[in-house]
Amino acid sequence: MRAALKLLRTSTFRLATVYLTVFAISVGAILAYIYWNTAILLESQIEDTVEAEVQGLAEQYRIRGPRGLLEIIKARSQEADGAVYILTNAVGRRLAGNLQSLPVEAVGERGTIDFKFPYETGRGLVDHTARAFFIRLDGGFQLVVGRDVEERRQFNRIIRTSLFWALGLTLVLGVGGGLLMSRNFLRRVDEINGASRAIMAGDLGERMPVSGTGDEIDRLSESLNDMLDQINRLMTGMKEVSSNVAHDLRTPLTRMRARAEDALRSSSAEGHKAALEANIAEADGLLTTFNALLSIARAEAGQMREGFQDADLVALLDDLVELYGPIAEDAGGTLVLDAPKTAVVRADRQLVAQAMTNLLDNAIKYGRDAKTGAPDIRLKVARTNGDGWTVQVSDTGPGIAATDRERVKGRFVRLDKSRSEPGSGLGLALVDSVMKLHAGAFEIEDANPGLTAKLRFPGRA
Amino acid sequence: MKILVVEDDREAASWLEKGLVEEGHVVDLAANGTDGLELAREQTHDVIIMDRMLPGMDGLDVVKTLRGEDITTPVLILSALGEVDDKVLGLRAGGDDYLAKPYAFTELLARVETLRRRQDATPHTTKLKVADLEIDLLARTATRAGEDILLQPREFKLLEYLMRNAGSVVTRTMLLENVWNYHFDPQTNVIDVHISRLRAKVDKEFGEPLLHTVRGAGYSIRAGRS
Repeated sequence: MRAALKLLRTSTFRLATVYLTVFAISVGAILAYIYWNTAILLESQIEDTVEAEVQGLAEQYRIRGPRGLLEIIKARSQEADGAVYILTNAVGRRLAGNLQSLPVEAVGERGTIDFKFPYETGRGLVDHTARAFFIRLDGGFQLVVGRDVEERRQFNRIIRTSLFWALGLTLVLGVGGGLLMSRNFLRRVDEINGASRAIMAGDLGERMPVSGTGDEIDRLSESLNDMLDQINRLMTGMKEVSSNVAHDLRTPLTRMRARAEDALRSSSAEGHKAALEANIAEADGLLTTFNALLSIARAEAGQMREGFQDADLVALLDDLVELYGPIAEDAGGTLVLDAPKTAVVRADRQLVAQAMTNLLDNAIKYGRDAKTGAPDIRLKVARTNGDGWTVQVSDTGPGIAATDRERVKGRFVRLDKSRSEPGSGLGLALVDSVMKLHAGAFEIEDANPGLTAKLRFPGRA
Repeated sequence: MKILVVEDDREAASWLEKGLVEEGHVVDLAANGTDGLELAREQTHDVIIMDRMLPGMDGLDVVKTLRGEDITTPVLILSALGEVDDKVLGLRAGGDDYLAKPYAFTELLARVETLRRRQDATPHTTKLKVADLEIDLLARTATRAGEDILLQPREFKLLEYLMRNAGSVVTRTMLLENVWNYHFDPQTNVIDVHISRLRAKVDKEFGEPLLHTVRGAGYSIRAGRS
């Protein structure tokens, strides 16, 4: 009972009902119009013809007298065209015509009547209906002229019944179809509900069912599944981060604690000061790591897209070359930019600049030429994928082994085993998440020799 | 300088007060937004340090209310939320500068001094002068002891910012924000290289150094020994 009620309350069923009602009303109206135009109009046409014939005969009677009329009636009665005639004298005795007796309905001076008369078929007499016009002539003669409308009436009856059947069938099929459709719809919605409940209950691997027909419910399920995958990715990322954070933050915290304990034990003011300074530096390092993590998390959450503007990559790189050029030069190297006049993309200027500084920092730190020991960094901006832009940062350093190129995009990954350069291992992870935020890609390739980092930005469309 | 500190964390407030008083400033404390607003309305302070999250009335609302009442005392907003968009919100509400917690006291001090200076600055200055170093803001030229110094546009901007805050300490983060418009700290200390290049042009050929490094804080341009 409740399931049936639920079915009747579905939007599909309600929609089907509304459609059905509108459809039934319009079909009914059309059929009523056709019926009226054929049956009713034809009948009134018959009336007009018959009345005209009677007037004609009355005219003949006035001109040629009873005898003349008698002859005409006799002659016309012979023709088997479905016309019925009877002419009687004043007392109702039949004088001529193909009817046996005056119809009882013919009372008064004149008028249109329907009456039944016996009709001779091959298998005996049957009652047929006629529509007729009668008139009382001078001298008491009564004249009835009619047409056999039995077939037409039969036809009308057939039309009427088929109309009712058609309408009835439409309603039954409509309601049935609506129920079937609703049930199908309801079943699929219930499946989606079931899957959502399973997910809410903690089964995060569960996904919405997809029937494979590619219809709108499938599309809905696919969007929901994509959403769940994205949430899953973010959650996995978070889990990974928390375990990495636990690991990577523990080391400096341990150092800080040991240093503080050591300073407490000592009594030299000089030692206290040194320990405090070292601890502040360590805390600053931790904060930097923490902020980098926050930036990555923010970029990954995708909320920052609101801050996107049309940004010129070339102007942005010009500024960075100006900022980093002296550093490369001081290290004996070069930093050159090869770019067109402008390269406009939808971007968050600060985030892209931050990603670029990470790449430049890395190139200066790790991209030094094996022979000269100096960083030679080339920046290049070129069109790709039609209206997209790609920024390349290339150095001539040792590069990154093909097997490590994906891994270095992870958080806290540092290939520099000695950890001689300061760094958190978050630089490339931030670049990766910034490029994902921009619906672009971050690729690491071999520059032969050296490393090429590619930032692919999609077109603005 | 008379400074109003609106901060609900008692420990942080007393630490701020202690530090500022040691630097020779007079400090008023308010522990919530409503009291802070009352004190700020007296308009006797040179700078207001406003915590963003406050009980009673949010720090941003206090600043908005003050600005709505045409009170123009410079405000430095402190916040535990450090992202760029939070900063934009803070500045849009009428704050003059924004500092994310936790911060170094030297950074806070440098920014407070810059704010006061901004308040005092005569708007139509076209020339800045420190000892025998002079820059012309319209012609974008610099001279020292009458000799022309050839500067790149960014070097000029850097020198201009330092000279507008002559005598005060300017931190690396402040330079990145105001000269380069970057609201994040790169891993490499890029500023030092630019300062040393500027120093080579401004100080090297001349007797008395004007551009000083303030250890653990930043840089300062001023006449006389540090």
